[in-house]
Amino acid sequence: MAVGALDNKNVIAPIQVSDGYWKGVLRRLMRDPVTMGALIVILLLVLMAIFAPYLAPADPFKSSMLRRLRPIGTPGFPLGADELGRDMLSRLIFGARLSLFMGVTPVLMAFVIGSGLGIFAGYVGGALNTAIMRTIDVFYAFPSVLLAVALSGALGAGIFNALVSLTIVFIPPITRVAESVTTQVRNRDYVEAARASGASGLTIVRVHVLGNVLSPIFVYATSLVSVSMILASGLSFLGLGVRPPEPEWGLMLNTLRTAIYVNPLVAALPGVMIFITSISFNMFSDGLRSAMDVRA
Amino acid sequence: MLFYALKRLIYVLPVAFGVSVVCFLLVHITPGDPLTAVLPVDASAELQAQMRAIYGFDKPLPVQYVIWLGKVLTGDLGTSIATGRAVLTEVSRAVGNTLILSAVATIIGFFLGCLFGFVAGYYRDSAMDRLASTLSVLGVSVPHYWLGMVMVIIFSVQLNWLPATGAGPGGSAEWAWDWDHIRHLILPAVTMSVIPMGVIARTVRALVAEILSQDFILALAAKGLTDRGIFIHVVKNAAPTALAVMGLQLGYLLGGSILIETVFSWPGTGFLLNAAIFQRDLPLLQGTILVLAMFFVLLNLLVDVMQTALDPRIQRG
Repeated sequence: MAVGALDNKNVIAPIQVSDGYWKGVLRRLMRDPVTMGALIVILLLVLMAIFAPYLAPADPFKSSMLRRLRPIGTPGFPLGADELGRDMLSRLIFGARLSLFMGVTPVLMAFVIGSGLGIFAGYVGGALNTAIMRTIDVFYAFPSVLLAVALSGALGAGIFNALVSLTIVFIPPITRVAESVTTQVRNRDYVEAARASGASGLTIVRVHVLGNVLSPIFVYATSLVSVSMILASGLSFLGLGVRPPEPEWGLMLNTLRTAIYVNPLVAALPGVMIFITSISFNMFSDGLRSAMDVRA
Repeated sequence: MLFYALKRLIYVLPVAFGVSVVCFLLVHITPGDPLTAVLPVDASAELQAQMRAIYGFDKPLPVQYVIWLGKVLTGDLGTSIATGRAVLTEVSRAVGNTLILSAVATIIGFFLGCLFGFVAGYYRDSAMDRLASTLSVLGVSVPHYWLGMVMVIIFSVQLNWLPATGAGPGGSAEWAWDWDHIRHLILPAVTMSVIPMGVIARTVRALVAEILSQDFILALAAKGLTDRGIFIHVVKNAAPTALAVMGLQLGYLLGGSILIETVFSWPGTGFLLNAAIFQRDLPLLQGTILVLAMFFVLLNLLVDVMQTALDPRIQRG
């Protein structure tokens, strides 16, 4: 190996440190049984969504008026049948597809947009920062459920509109976190040093800022996934998200609401799935936060 | 103090202005024209133009906004398309019911949250701490609309102890604090309280742990103060933040009551929003959201000022 390469490595010492840092994070995560458990549950849910056609014992759309609201344990219907006689187990398995997609996508979108906006605002500072952050404040002035319902109510029901509404709900909090960590990093000595050595603004952001701000923003974003799952399913529960006959846990809960008098256990099942997903994401996010030692 | 309150009030004005713009624009992001909801599908172009002129939709957006804002400031939120009644009348009736529900839920959540938070913070890493922390994670992770269904299944369908829906014999019109009404309130309020319970328990646990680790606690103990005396100091130090979180939670519940109100058919603003959305009653939708958002903005302001008043260490200026 050329001597120059070694020298180069020494110059960009922070990257070496961050390499060790990630190993430490991984080690701490592996030692934490609760977080690993939550991660395994999440992975199982994702696998269930991907392989739904192979796992589901029956067609989730095939209804039968004769088999409506069969109880749990009916032969051929291990988890019973819903209000249209469709196999609950198959619908719960297929439901993971839309439910996870609707819960995770808004946070991902908001992570990209909110980080971009927040890092930009934090880095440029001044009047632009004020303009961006005051606009964000306005959206912050709405309680999240209200904003989601208001936007998707005005846009009309549907998967795409629900995704847009939820993304708009999560952009302000992510932008705020991104802006505040960027403002902190911007005033660090190494950024000052990079600027003094003639690095352009874009290079400073790419090399020095991004690496230091993305992980706290990411950890914060993972904590929003649980909220997003509940909100997305909530929109479908209100009739504002996924439309029948698609299997989605929130929507299933809605259409089974009247069945609580006939077959309460079957009616409550979709909510159990939402609960399991949301709590797993919450615990994983908590574990990730302490493993990465982020205080954002 | 008064100066600070006034200054905060001035900071709130631009936010309130922004909120009004968002509420105004809500009607205009709807697919097509706001009028498509009112007019029959086969309305002639002439009639459409006429209606547009009557509703003022033919004017440019900023002009429409100024006219709309002028009306809102005088208390005119328009007329509901579905019922023909003034939006303000409909909203103010519903707000009262939502306020009762959210306030009771916040109080229950605050007491339980403080209880769990104090126990967990005081006995860190004990079994009690793990139990309290688990409960608070469950509280923030549970889909509350599902919890509401489960409560109905257990306490209404199976045990037949409490009514499943509605707000009592008076319906949406009048509320009274008698048993006939309160028994209708129990299930929705307890369901709703789970959210602030989880959040407050988490906050209080962190607060108590942080306060207990500070030097002044050690000094008080060294001085020979009893555990009860120290406890009072911890409470005094934790109170401003805990109360602030409680105030904000009340705001979230007020605005986010739609899911719980749908499950329990509680005649509040959430119920109103639901009706407005599915009947495409845009003035009602806009008015309800504006009122709820303004409530939230004012509550935030109040919480901030109260926190400063309660905690003299906070120097803001």
